[in-house]
Amino acid sequence: MELITIFIASIFTHNIALTYILGMCPFIVISRNFNTAVGMGISVIFVVTLATVINWPIYNKILIPNGSELIYYLVFIIVIAATVQLLEMLIEKFFPPLQTSFGIFLPLITVNCMVLAVSLFMVLRKYGFIETVVFALGSSIGWALAIIIMAAIKQKMMINSDVPKGLRGAGITMIIAGLLAFAFMGFAGMVTLQ
Amino acid sequence: MDSPVFTPILIMNSILFAITVILIIAERLLVFYGECSITINKEKILAVEGGDTLLNYFAANKIFIPSACGGKATCGYCKIEVLSGGGHILPTEEIFIGRKERQSGIRLACQVKVRNDIEVLISEDLLNAREYKATIYAMEDLTHDIKRVAIKLDEPSRIEFKPGQYVQFKVPGTDEFRAYSIASAPSSANLIELLVRFVPGGLCSGYIHEVLDTNDKINITGPFGDFYLREDSDRGIICIAGGCGMAPIRSILLHLKEKGMPRRLTYFFGARKKADLFYTEELFALSRQFPNFRYVPALSEPDPQDSWTGETGLITHAVEKFIEPGAYAEAYLCGPPPMIDAAVKVLGNKGIAEIFIYYDKF
Repeated sequence: MELITIFIASIFTHNIALTYILGMCPFIVISRNFNTAVGMGISVIFVVTLATVINWPIYNKILIPNGSELIYYLVFIIVIAATVQLLEMLIEKFFPPLQTSFGIFLPLITVNCMVLAVSLFMVLRKYGFIETVVFALGSSIGWALAIIIMAAIKQKMMINSDVPKGLRGAGITMIIAGLLAFAFMGFAGMVTLQ
Repeated sequence: MDSPVFTPILIMNSILFAITVILIIAERLLVFYGECSITINKEKILAVEGGDTLLNYFAANKIFIPSACGGKATCGYCKIEVLSGGGHILPTEEIFIGRKERQSGIRLACQVKVRNDIEVLISEDLLNAREYKATIYAMEDLTHDIKRVAIKLDEPSRIEFKPGQYVQFKVPGTDEFRAYSIASAPSSANLIELLVRFVPGGLCSGYIHEVLDTNDKINITGPFGDFYLREDSDRGIICIAGGCGMAPIRSILLHLKEKGMPRRLTYFFGARKKADLFYTEELFALSRQFPNFRYVPALSEPDPQDSWTGETGLITHAVEKFIEPGAYAEAYLCGPPPMIDAAVKVLGNKGIAEIFIYYDKF
């Protein structure tokens, strides 16, 4: 039950893009095209889940027993960068068609702050291993969902509506993001975390 | 041993070490593409072990594609046409490659990784480029910030180039290249001259101005560039240059001098003060020798003690004044981008079509 709560909450009520406003650079810039957004979303799900799963044992089994928690920021950043590198090699080797469709986003994800944020939340909320996996998966699915919805709306808007000149680009993206966040707040009655 | 500083540092380093080892092993195991072939212009085939970039394979096979940044996708010089096998264009290339170029498959050679068989087109001019081992023969200050560098080619000992083209100078001890136009005539195939302006903070110009000395051994590659004298034309010639833009124009002038100045030529040279002018005597002597040739230097901010009696103001004013509308001419422009943009506009107003205006911005 607890796990389902974490999963649902991290996708909807505590959506990392729309409630915590994290990972905004790609959220604003790469949300122009639906297919690209799907590619970016899937890569984020991969990287976040994998990096967090690696970070959990490093934090709990290496850093804490040795009293070295204070360097966890540094360690997490390095682990994320290495994970992305590794993932890039794996994709290039075993799924070359994927490389062309979303492999190009992988280097960008290294500096996506939501990847680091998920690992930091894991520490802050003192999650166990299984909870961490569920939370990472949920958060990244939530972020992917948000960017895909955004891209779909923007793509439709580009064709059908006349956006005022001053609002084109980042401006209208911010407004849509605000409205989306309101919509996601509607889920708040369902579940809450802590 | 249990100090609160020592343990975290030790752990940090062991984690870094472990990650590095894992990544190196992964790279050994995963990044292997087997034998790939690079087909150049449908005839020449290079067989390579895949995994590296096109630019590096070209360099390893003595094909010199111009590149100033050494493969970091910051200069945009190494454009080539990829016919097949190059994959999708990368975000790093997008700023350098326009929509039209994208459709014809233009890519940056430094960003295309060879993972499978690949087919490319390289212009014949680039295939003529070679790497030259050379020795600095002489150096001389022309103005307070421009140096003339004479370079004697050792191996191969002769370079064949069109007047106006440039070579790339390899900064010794680095993998960086910088482009400099050749300032000497093509007939002098063993000894070429470059004009190098000192750019504060510039890697190569700083090296040339402060470190380089006669008898130093250097490497250059070339010749490159589609800015060169069109010899099959009979139009009059208008040359406009500023600063180091003197170099390619001087090469064109010396070449035409040897041919007896067959075409009418007007050379506009823009500078700030009299102290920024160079080769003035040589150029005026040339204009006395050939009535077909006229040299028009213009100073934008002459000092009172310069006692300057020639043209003043921007070089475009002089062009405006001396070129009659509808002139049957082609133009060669070399200098800083704002000067070129302004000059192209003036020449356009004079009725010279853009296809007859050749320029080299730097």
